[in-house]
Amino acid sequence: MEIVVCVKQVPDTTEVKIDPVTNTLVREGVPSIVNPFDKYALEMALQLRDKHGGKVTVISMGPPQAVAALRECIAMGADEAVLLSDRAFAGSDTLATSYTLSQAVRKMGNVDLVICGKQAIDGDTAQVGPEMAEHLGIGQLTYVSTIEFDGEKLIAHREQDEGYDVIEAKAPLVVTIIKLAMDPRLPTVKGTAKAYRMEVPVWTAADIAIDPKLAGLEGSPTLVKRIFTPERRGKGEIIQGDSKEAVDALVDKLRQAKIL
Amino acid sequence: MNFTVSPENEGIRKMVREFAEKKLAPTIVERDEKELFDRSIFDEMGKLGLMGLPYPEKYGGGGMDFVAYAIAIEEISRVDASTSIGMSVHTSLCSWPIYKYGTEEQKQKYLVPLAQGIKLGAFGLTEPNAGTDVGNASTFAVKEGDSYLITGTKVFNTNGGEAEVEVVFTKTNKEAGLKGMSAFIVEKGSPGLSFGKKETKMGIRAAVQREVIMVNAKTPASNILGKEGDGFRIAMTTLDGGRIGIAAQAVGIAQGALDHAIKYAKQRVQFGKPIATQQGISFMLANMATKVEAARLMTYRAAFNKSNDLPYSKEAAMAKLFASDVAMSVTTDAVQVFGGYGYSREYPVERLMRDAKITQIYEGTSEAMRMVIAGSILR
Repeated sequence: MEIVVCVKQVPDTTEVKIDPVTNTLVREGVPSIVNPFDKYALEMALQLRDKHGGKVTVISMGPPQAVAALRECIAMGADEAVLLSDRAFAGSDTLATSYTLSQAVRKMGNVDLVICGKQAIDGDTAQVGPEMAEHLGIGQLTYVSTIEFDGEKLIAHREQDEGYDVIEAKAPLVVTIIKLAMDPRLPTVKGTAKAYRMEVPVWTAADIAIDPKLAGLEGSPTLVKRIFTPERRGKGEIIQGDSKEAVDALVDKLRQAKIL
Repeated sequence: MNFTVSPENEGIRKMVREFAEKKLAPTIVERDEKELFDRSIFDEMGKLGLMGLPYPEKYGGGGMDFVAYAIAIEEISRVDASTSIGMSVHTSLCSWPIYKYGTEEQKQKYLVPLAQGIKLGAFGLTEPNAGTDVGNASTFAVKEGDSYLITGTKVFNTNGGEAEVEVVFTKTNKEAGLKGMSAFIVEKGSPGLSFGKKETKMGIRAAVQREVIMVNAKTPASNILGKEGDGFRIAMTTLDGGRIGIAAQAVGIAQGALDHAIKYAKQRVQFGKPIATQQGISFMLANMATKVEAARLMTYRAAFNKSNDLPYSKEAAMAKLFASDVAMSVTTDAVQVFGGYGYSREYPVERLMRDAKITQIYEGTSEAMRMVIAGSILR
């Protein structure tokens, strides 16, 4: 099975700082990590490969330093990595990003599965995976928690608010992954040695036949009006006492507030 | 001159830090409190490739250098010095003499499973009456047919009773002094080998140290390392390398304490501002950071020399002497930064202070380090 996993390097913080002037992320001084959902995507890909054979290639679009995220994935067990990096990609919104990633998948050819995290923890749009399926003209399965493969078709669980759907599908597919039941595997010494000894290929716009009108800032119709951290409304209150007293007090308060 | 750690070794640091924080940090408080040795930790480290880092891949190792090894020990010690001593004794004191002095057959049989982390290793040198005075050892081995029968008791034996493989030092000729010592690979389960009491300790409480008791313990003659009489030289050169592990452990303990102290000093408000902004505390933190950095450079230097076939006996002794003093002073200062909370078991710095003390004692006391250094500079 040939699997491509798309990963994004994101700032390691739950409260991302936004530049109030440009409305973009402040990246200075914030350590970078692999987007946690993408690590689950990689774990899923590695499990499928370990069980059914084939190869896992990780790709990322980003500045040259995003190679660190790809090396981390190699250290965890991915077979190959490609960085998509070009000034022409700068300023991409989700549409331009998904187009660029799709062009890289096209160039690879013969890809059975493209696996993405359900969303990145910085932008939280959850758009890139589904948009890639549209660009590639293949099916998509989103919010997936398990995948079984019987040699021909995939059977996946797609999480819903209440329960999950069991879906049968055929490759090629784009799949987006939620938090799995197990933690992503830890990097190994062998993987780490490989990750830092290998040359990670960098593909530019020319390498993947990018139409400049569809990539980077020019290919990005999204206009960001404002991004902000919502202010906390009111103070939280912790009700003390044993559980029965605390529950009674809570019910009283909810009644007073006319919530109950 | 190049003081930069290679990207590959920084990758090892990142990898081991993730392992330590995810797998060791959540349980170390309980393991320390209850003196629990958890073998499954070493099994997992074996799977990740951490139990044979500096040995060639053909012997099941990671094919990395001793700087990578020092960094790995440092990162584990930053979180859990009990696990790092188990790893250090296994790697530096048990696997290394087999790698260096073993026959190809011995390497295949013992080094490969040790480096893969399938087997755990130990090192039996210290006896009740032979600490720094190694030559006073009374354990004795007599040859009988194609076996040696070993009799004697080893104490404070790290991984003792848990390890499947132990490098044991004995006299084989009582009249020949230090030249009458020999080294053997002894397997757990050998007839005549048993284990005595487990030490109850001030620090590194999640590591295990036991008595190893041998009464005519039967060991195949083919398990001798080198030949009869090589034991003292094997012990001394092995300990030279082991000291890099202990120096790295001391650096890691000190770094852990410093990291906790910095974080706490930024949060703790007294007199209306964080104590980190008080000069009394900030200067203390600056001194701590400087000491840790100096200890780290000495340790990496010794590890670099070992990796590059340069002399490292004096360098390793200096690194251990200095780094262990740094670990003691920095952890003591970290407790001071925390004030009353530092003395409480609610916070990790008191554990790090208890763990630090042993680094001035084992694998050669600070006094023994001065003997090694003086012997080297006064030659």
